[in-house]
Amino acid sequence: MIIEALIKIAVILLVVLTAVSYTVLLERWVCAWVQDRIGPNRVGPFGLFQPLADVLKLLLKEDIEPLMAQGWFHWVAPVISITVAFTVLAVVPFGHTLAIGERIIPLTIASNINIGVLFIVAMTSVGVYGITLAGWSSGSKYSLLGGLRSSAQMISYELTLGLGLLSVVMLSGTLDLNGIIDSQVNGLWNIVRAPIGFLLFLVSSFAETNRQPFDLPEAEPELVGGYHTEYSSMKFALFFLSEYANIITASAVMTVLFLGGWHVPFVDSLGLSPLVMTIVGVLAFILKVVGLLFVFIWVRWSIPRFRYDQLMDLGWKVLLPLGIVNIILTALEKMYLMH
Amino acid sequence: MSTTTKYNNPKTRRKLSLWEKLYLFEVVRGLLTTFKHLFRPKFTRQYPEERWDPPASFRGRPVLVLEENGVERCVACGLCSRVCPPLAIEVRASETELLKERYPVVFEINMLRCIFCGYCEEVCPEEAIIMSKDYELTFRDPSEGIFGKDKLLTPKAQLKDRLDYLAKMRN
Repeated sequence: MIIEALIKIAVILLVVLTAVSYTVLLERWVCAWVQDRIGPNRVGPFGLFQPLADVLKLLLKEDIEPLMAQGWFHWVAPVISITVAFTVLAVVPFGHTLAIGERIIPLTIASNINIGVLFIVAMTSVGVYGITLAGWSSGSKYSLLGGLRSSAQMISYELTLGLGLLSVVMLSGTLDLNGIIDSQVNGLWNIVRAPIGFLLFLVSSFAETNRQPFDLPEAEPELVGGYHTEYSSMKFALFFLSEYANIITASAVMTVLFLGGWHVPFVDSLGLSPLVMTIVGVLAFILKVVGLLFVFIWVRWSIPRFRYDQLMDLGWKVLLPLGIVNIILTALEKMYLMH
Repeated sequence: MSTTTKYNNPKTRRKLSLWEKLYLFEVVRGLLTTFKHLFRPKFTRQYPEERWDPPASFRGRPVLVLEENGVERCVACGLCSRVCPPLAIEVRASETELLKERYPVVFEINMLRCIFCGYCEEVCPEEAIIMSKDYELTFRDPSEGIFGKDKLLTPKAQLKDRLDYLAKMRN
């Protein structure tokens, strides 16, 4: 049992770390294409080894600790960020069960957790500590402002995120992620059943992961680099990694909650063997996640950053009321359409 | 603090329709615009493989014209050296048996000083020093930046574009 979990952890860590570095490459490519440029194509075929070069560069940089930095906190902040970003992935089911001989292995690291949704919400909220701590411990006003903005933004958008989630929980009647997928396999995907909930979740995910158009914590024109201004070398790389790991996590969670996880419509009628079904499921999951990653990147290079008051207006005056209305609508849908 | 521009001034600001105020649909419109650009032809030039061929009017590295018979046009009058704003040109003259009577023993342009103004070309009575299309100038050492006759003399055939252009522009 423990060995099984360790193997799954190792595989997922490896896959996600690679995925993170390639998300950076994808980001640079999409950025270039949107601007009618070619993008990285020098390192290896089509620039596919670019992430290796980037990692090497970051590793070889000098690690600078500013004079005013609060030593230990300065060191621990990126660690918190990256740990939280990866922890959420523990509960995300990335495929159906895999049967090896007699054994049936569920394709989740922590498969027996029945409050997956709560776990995700709790862990993503912890992520802000890393950023706020980084901002405070750097001993720089820009970093501090970035950290403060981040926490204010997190509090505002966490509510909307929760309300978006709540509609899914109401429709499925469970907090278990596998249960949520099962309810989508038997019925329609949640993106069809709760489109407003999906929209709310998507928008607040952008805010939660500090992506454009909500990347106020690192708004370059005003805050230099925001909370990671005073970081360099591998400590900076950890923030960089955790930002992209957060996007991947958000995409994976959205896939599970709204896009049916590993479910492929109409594939049951083909009568494939269980092993093939599992592989198809995992591939479908990966495809959906990559699709959402593309959306994240696409939005970043299309929409300009919000002003800070606009961000707060949108969060409290638009998205929050919309979320509450959505809860009522979902309740009505559940009462009259699903029974 | 806040400045008034035509975008935030309530008098000149354009009224947004309800559709535009909903923002969401305008966001989608923006996304579609960028999506179209994903498939547009790219304008990046892949530099070391794909080089730029400048037009004849381009002012690149100044060179000395070498006639077909292997003699330079320059008569070492020193006008270019005189007119050069950053004092980059040095000419030392001597006599020759040829019809033109004078030739430069030393002709050096300090390419670290040259500002590519083209005055030398403009002032030259013999059309002997002209601007080439060469824009790739790199040195590993400052001393390599001083170009002597060996680097400056260029066969006339290679400079046809510029010579034609100059002939056209002088009339």
